[in-house]
Amino acid sequence: MTPDRIIRRLALWWLLGAFAFSPSAFGKLTIEITEGAGSGIPIAAVPFKWIGSGSPPEDIGAIVSADLYRSGRFDLLPASDFLSRPSEVSEVRYKDWRLIKAEALVVGRLTMTGPDQFDVSFELLDVYREKVKTGLKFSVKRSQLRQVAHQISDRIFYEMTGIEGAFNTRIAYVTMQQQDKDRIYQLMVADSDGHNPQEILKTTNLPVLSPSWSPNGQWLAYVSFSDDRSGANIWFQDIASGQRRRIARIDGSASAPAWSPDGRSLALTVSASGNTDIYVMQVATGELRRITKDPAIDTEPAWSPDGRDLVFTSDRGGRPQIYRAKADGTGVERLTREGKENAGASYDPTGKRLVLVTNRGSGAGYQIGVFYLESGRTDVLTDGTLDESPTFSSNGTMILYATKMGREGVLAAVSADGRVRQLLKLHDGDVREPAWSVSR
Amino acid sequence: MMRRFGTIVLVLFLGVAISGCAASKKKGGSAVEVEDATIGNTTDSTASGIGTGDTTAGEIIVVEENTTDMDDPLGQRVVYFDFDSANLTPEAQRIVEAHAQYLAGNPGMAVVLEGHADERGTREYNLALGERRANAVSQIFQSLGVPADAIRTISYGEERPVSMGQDEGAWSLNRRVEILY
Repeated sequence: MTPDRIIRRLALWWLLGAFAFSPSAFGKLTIEITEGAGSGIPIAAVPFKWIGSGSPPEDIGAIVSADLYRSGRFDLLPASDFLSRPSEVSEVRYKDWRLIKAEALVVGRLTMTGPDQFDVSFELLDVYREKVKTGLKFSVKRSQLRQVAHQISDRIFYEMTGIEGAFNTRIAYVTMQQQDKDRIYQLMVADSDGHNPQEILKTTNLPVLSPSWSPNGQWLAYVSFSDDRSGANIWFQDIASGQRRRIARIDGSASAPAWSPDGRSLALTVSASGNTDIYVMQVATGELRRITKDPAIDTEPAWSPDGRDLVFTSDRGGRPQIYRAKADGTGVERLTREGKENAGASYDPTGKRLVLVTNRGSGAGYQIGVFYLESGRTDVLTDGTLDESPTFSSNGTMILYATKMGREGVLAAVSADGRVRQLLKLHDGDVREPAWSVSR
Repeated sequence: MMRRFGTIVLVLFLGVAISGCAASKKKGGSAVEVEDATIGNTTDSTASGIGTGDTTAGEIIVVEENTTDMDDPLGQRVVYFDFDSANLTPEAQRIVEAHAQYLAGNPGMAVVLEGHADERGTREYNLALGERRANAVSQIFQSLGVPADAIRTISYGEERPVSMGQDEGAWSLNRRVEILY
């Protein structure tokens, strides 16, 4: 990293830090970038012009800048370098931006049009071709402004990279806090940048784990326990209403829910009489079909994007490794051959890669890896010792996972190519079990 | 490919990183003490929506206390396992058999076998591993005449550790089956 880049990074840090800790934008999660790629597309995002009384309700430009920066694909040029502050295309002097080596420029406006009504508009400009690449205008209420900012980020990301953005999505995660003798668990849902965290479940001494989003983003399936000591079971919860129900009573325990891509089926693990196997349940009817029939542990099912295959963890070979079967249970084959243990796999949106937890042996512990189905090779992306629960963003560019800072669980994200890593720091308690939604 | 978490930010976390609890382990012969203090005895779930709320109060269950006579195998309610294993050590076998004989001779008693794992490996795998451990104990119980319908197995995986340390001393205390009756 050149000194110039380091200074830029620190300057941006200052900017993002001020944004993250300002009272109006205060969220339970703050994002802290620990390592940058340093080779992103140089882009300048001018703070959006505020047309209204008082101070702007949200800093749209800062939200967009933070999104783009976190993706690792962009170098955000510091505002202190800007030679002018246009908010309209007509005000842009392209040479001002060529001078500071910006390839792209974002300008925008936030206008108050009523008591709780705002117009947001922006343009993305190509500095060298001197033309507008794209632009959008929204009319929304105050509560929708952050979501609009993420949609702007998605549009810019797509225009600049050709890949669909995944900023306007949500994440679920579990927090645990020790209070005297009790362990308090919360299942949380937040925006993809950690803002707007909302509790959807709180339990005392009943662990919560393995949240899985329905493809339409309306439901979460998760594992928890009831107070009747009946063991782990799966609940469905409607996120908007909070209504929840336990899946049909199963003889034994149920865990590891995974929604099929069409939303009609749930792959899950059932333990009965000491044997743990994969099943598929029809969500509408509760009908169960057994997929694996091995005396070993078979768990952590995950669907291929086309819904035809399931990958799962099995220790039928002695140690946990990743296997694949057709969705009807036929054609079981072992996939992972590198590493002492591999577990917790799930597909990326292309179906060509799996993200998983890998243990390479020699006391190295557990890291996050990306397994390439064609070559059978695994890239190890992290260097923790207890990293787990990896989850791809809907566009396959980022992986959210759980790691440890000392004894404390925190969430972290790494780009799928391993170049950019960031910590998402919760202010108190242990944070774990992230799951990234496919849709908003 | 591998790079270190390498900036100033990490420094902010060093305080946290070095403040992990030290593990307290007393393991020698049969003198194993497990502090039950980390697990409370009140359970409760409250589900809520982002729009509307929905509250469900829970019942109270009582977690039985460990008895304290360590010379008597019946006084020991916890057996321990090796990493990723559900095989009973000779010491564990002796304790399990003593409980099995007692329960077989006292029909009508119900027993809960609670399986646990250490934090290494994925949470879901550990849930299955705890199940396997509880089932291993259940098999011995049944082979010695405890009726299957008097036994309930439950796994908490790695979710209810008794020791919070991050080393073998702590992990060895967490890989266990608790025999509760």
